[in-house]
Amino acid sequence: MGELRLMKGNEAVAEAAIRAGCDGYFGYPITPQSEVMEYLMAEKPFERTGMVVLQAESEVAAVNMIYGGAGTGKMVMTSSSSPGISLMQEGISYMAGAELPALIVNIVRGGPGLGTIQPSQADYFQAVKGGGHGDYKMLVLAPASVQEMCDHVKLGFDKAFEYRTPVMILSDGAIGQMMEKVVLFDHIPRRSDDEVVKQCPWASNGRPKTRTHNIITSLDLDPAGQERVNLKLQAKYKVMEQNEVLYEEIQCEDADYLFVAFGLSARICQKATDLARAKGIKVGLFRPITLFPFPAMQVSNVGNRVKGILVVEMNAGQMIEDVKLSVGCKVKIEHFGRFGGIIPSPDEVVRALEQNIIGG
Amino acid sequence: MEEQFAKTEIRKPENIVYKRTDLLVDRPLSYCPGCGHGTAHRMLMEVIEEMDIQDKTIGVSPVGCSVLAYDFLDIDMIGAAHGRAPALATAIKRMWPNHFVFTYQGDGDLAAIGTAETIHACNRGENITIIFINNGIYGMTGGQMAPTTLPGMRSSTSPYGRDVPTMGHPLKITELISHLPGVYYVTRQAVHTPSHVRKTKKALRKAFELQKENKGLCFIEIVSNCNSGWKMTPVQSNKWMEENMFPFYELGDIKVDGKLIEKKEAPVKE
Repeated sequence: MGELRLMKGNEAVAEAAIRAGCDGYFGYPITPQSEVMEYLMAEKPFERTGMVVLQAESEVAAVNMIYGGAGTGKMVMTSSSSPGISLMQEGISYMAGAELPALIVNIVRGGPGLGTIQPSQADYFQAVKGGGHGDYKMLVLAPASVQEMCDHVKLGFDKAFEYRTPVMILSDGAIGQMMEKVVLFDHIPRRSDDEVVKQCPWASNGRPKTRTHNIITSLDLDPAGQERVNLKLQAKYKVMEQNEVLYEEIQCEDADYLFVAFGLSARICQKATDLARAKGIKVGLFRPITLFPFPAMQVSNVGNRVKGILVVEMNAGQMIEDVKLSVGCKVKIEHFGRFGGIIPSPDEVVRALEQNIIGG
Repeated sequence: MEEQFAKTEIRKPENIVYKRTDLLVDRPLSYCPGCGHGTAHRMLMEVIEEMDIQDKTIGVSPVGCSVLAYDFLDIDMIGAAHGRAPALATAIKRMWPNHFVFTYQGDGDLAAIGTAETIHACNRGENITIIFINNGIYGMTGGQMAPTTLPGMRSSTSPYGRDVPTMGHPLKITELISHLPGVYYVTRQAVHTPSHVRKTKKALRKAFELQKENKGLCFIEIVSNCNSGWKMTPVQSNKWMEENMFPFYELGDIKVDGKLIEKKEAPVKE
């Protein structure tokens, strides 16, 4: 078993990055995720593992720094919160187009605009439906605990390199700030430059005389060429849909009703499930862990066995669109959400189930 | 047929005294005939070839006329988003500190949309080389006003000339960044005559040599023509550049060995 520690979600992300063998972190301060860079600067991984940590002049610069680092085959990441992630969308689109591996952590806060610094899940659409310009997707992981904040960093890097794609961890201000015990995975050494060159033959890191030059770009001025780029990306997303779906079912076997929730909402629904069952309501919880690829078939299988589904999100109703598309129209599906940084209580969620699904 | 035969006769190894560097890809450039980009590309590649560092060089191309620079420069390249080349180069150099990293950017890319990235990469003293092609116009998008467009100079978005009270002053970004302590070597050159080309090549060589010594950021501005955008013949555009661009963007070294060169400011033409 790995090392056990009590940590904030943001700190777990930073520690996991060091342990995963990350080569570079580039970020810009924003609440509620500033602890990621603060932890890294205090831990000084540049002295221990050689990992670079740099405070950029803006989120725009930070995301383009990881674009540059990723283009050379290095393992790079950034973290930010909603307004900062909006600024990064251009860079994420470029990385998706140029097929570069990178990890982006979004500790979501309420919006729109400057919004609030309190937790929210209102960036679901932005994360799973593209966000920036053009037809692209990212693999999106939704941790529901500090433990998963840690584990998803390693998983995210693995998948980013496997598929040569940006990966986003879509968390929120509560999971970023709350402290829980974490079992940390063992240190993985950073790859040597030679290993990077060998592992990433596509990367631009200096052309030896034995090969032609590598070009990292998302540009193809020839429409037929650009269509080929798009078809290749879509084919890659299909493979991800087939192989990378992650989800969790809690007390779904005998359920008459179903909560569908991700991240922090799933934690709240877990408690609500217990409260409802204590009242004699047989409810289960379906938790998508990957938001793209969405566990469409899996939620449909469970969803079509129950009498009604309540999708609980800290937003005005975003993931519910994917739940409806997956489950179809035979089952009643309603949304319950709080926004602006308000975290719903488990009691509130049970009441919503009783009123909108069972009674409604 | 006879003529072709004659050409092969002439192209004997013993007759070759000067040839295209192998680091330029053998394909037609996408630049307009008469444009300075081709010469700047060639000087850059000659320096990298002479230093024998192509296996340790990573270039960052911009958005603008030289967006396709990676198609012509036979080294590893990464194409940046508009203005972001210095941010990419920052990370690339930090990831590969023993490699040579350069950006190649135009005036709109470097001095308008990328101003923040330019200034902060300079201020951090990143050990990279920035090559800045200033032709006072947005070439690729069809000749719009650039941050470096001269007062009174016509462009497609200043068709009656740049009106300073409403459109602002041209930005001397090279002078601006030269005052930052992270910047070690700043020079302004041109590539329209053989003597200027030689000076530019010398400056490029100096910048790459300094990069080896981790002295800080080296910044080479090349004032160039844009005969298409300026709506002139190449010869006219070079003459116009000498008469109008050079008095405002004075050629020569601005900062050497980390020290500013004392110079009288050229008067701003209104």
